[in-house]
Amino acid sequence: MAETSQLTAAPAGLPAVSRVTLLRIAIILTILVVWEATAASGLLFRDVVPSLLVIGRAVLSVLTENDFYWHLGVTAGEVGIGLLIGGVAGLVVGIALGANRFMSQAFEHFLYYLGPTPKIIFFPVMIMWFGVGPGSKVAMGTISCFFPVALSVAAGMRQIDEVLIRVGRSFRANTWQMVTKIYLPAMRAPIVNGVRLGLGVAIIGTLLAETKLSNRGVGFLIINSYSTFNMPRMYALLIVVFVLAIGANALVSRLGNLEAIKAR
Amino acid sequence: MTALSMKRAVPVLIGVGTLVAAIGAIEILIRAGLINRYIVPLPSQIIASFERVIVEEGIPERFWLTLREAFWATVLLSVFGVGIGVLLHRIRILRLATETWVAAMASAPTVLMYPLFLVIFGRNASTIIMMGFVAGLAPVILKTLEGLAGTRRVLIDVGRSFKLTPWQLYWKILFPAALPSIFVGIKLGMIFALINIVGVEFLINFGGLGQLINELAERYDLAGTYAAICFVILVSVLFFIFTERLERWLRPVN
Repeated sequence: MAETSQLTAAPAGLPAVSRVTLLRIAIILTILVVWEATAASGLLFRDVVPSLLVIGRAVLSVLTENDFYWHLGVTAGEVGIGLLIGGVAGLVVGIALGANRFMSQAFEHFLYYLGPTPKIIFFPVMIMWFGVGPGSKVAMGTISCFFPVALSVAAGMRQIDEVLIRVGRSFRANTWQMVTKIYLPAMRAPIVNGVRLGLGVAIIGTLLAETKLSNRGVGFLIINSYSTFNMPRMYALLIVVFVLAIGANALVSRLGNLEAIKAR
Repeated sequence: MTALSMKRAVPVLIGVGTLVAAIGAIEILIRAGLINRYIVPLPSQIIASFERVIVEEGIPERFWLTLREAFWATVLLSVFGVGIGVLLHRIRILRLATETWVAAMASAPTVLMYPLFLVIFGRNASTIIMMGFVAGLAPVILKTLEGLAGTRRVLIDVGRSFKLTPWQLYWKILFPAALPSIFVGIKLGMIFALINIVGVEFLINFGGLGQLINELAERYDLAGTYAAICFVILVSVLFFIFTERLERWLRPVN
């Protein structure tokens, strides 16, 4: 019985995959054709929907500019430092909240309710504290990624198998040993997930801050192309940023999965 | 019973107490000159400026405007999110082809498209509503799909044995079974929408509560800026609690 179902499933599976791919190609082609037709028809304001050729050329010109890579480096540095500070702080706070029931009852609801507030509204304060330079953007990245990491780690701590913790205690592990030998390895998945979420919001926080007030970074390039009404360039920059952000997100979750597989 | 509630109240009181103590410590540090009062205003000043900000800056109107924007964004993302979710569930091949795209969209920094939306819709409330809509769409689609796909086989079989038409099967079985998950999706969507609405208001300096912070900061009204930020935090916390309550209230009893 099982064999027959396998036999019938196998040949049916193959064309299904290629049909999906075909459909994907069809959807993309349809979107591109509709886009190009809209661009050619002049129904919308000129330049709001530029021709694909123009956007393609703009992507190429963005990717071949040395200037772009300098700005990308600035943004990457800001996001990286923000993620580092916010991530480590989130990890420490998350472990403290997750390990101690009393601390969690006393303070976790602050984080829980502050988490879904729009972080960008702190930007004026961050400018006053850290200046208009990269400092305030790093601060935005830090604030943004702190909450998801802390909440994810705190939740992860509570899911750790009680047996593992008891094993650690019975070996008389001190706090540092408990953290490095028991807690961290046991919560790889929630940590990776927290970092993934944190990276996403850190990118958003940093780039939004750059669009608001900055003279460098990719966010600045985007808002600059808006103020000079260079729409093809804006599309090009957005495409590049989206590809990089989604790629970084996929990379982090891939890393998490790989480690999980190795651990088995 | 009282002992139990006491036991629960103690940590909460300590949490709130710590917050109050921290605010008091900041007040003392500023008064002692250890923190620059031109960077961090006195907490007492911030509390005092609450009334001024609420009365003079038209907080009720701004609040109402932001709330309306959030409402329309929620309507849009409920209709389109659930609609697209149902569509993807009904046409399996479409789901196979596009579910990863929707998931990718959920992790993409969509709010960065706000300059593009500014060009398309102009600097007005529709840009803000559309931004909220786009930001909250993906979770609603994904959660709708998850709910429909997770309907228990037994329920569907019961429907089949009653010879329900596909339409009846949808309305009587699949949709009610998926409702809890759909509500989770709409709740997430609403939260994302509100975050982005307030954020974009701040960024494009238009509209409700977000703009207020921008304006006060540009006037260098320090205490006012801090008070407005506190107010926005308060509003989003209340909104968050409200969506949680709503979800619990709407969720059918299992």
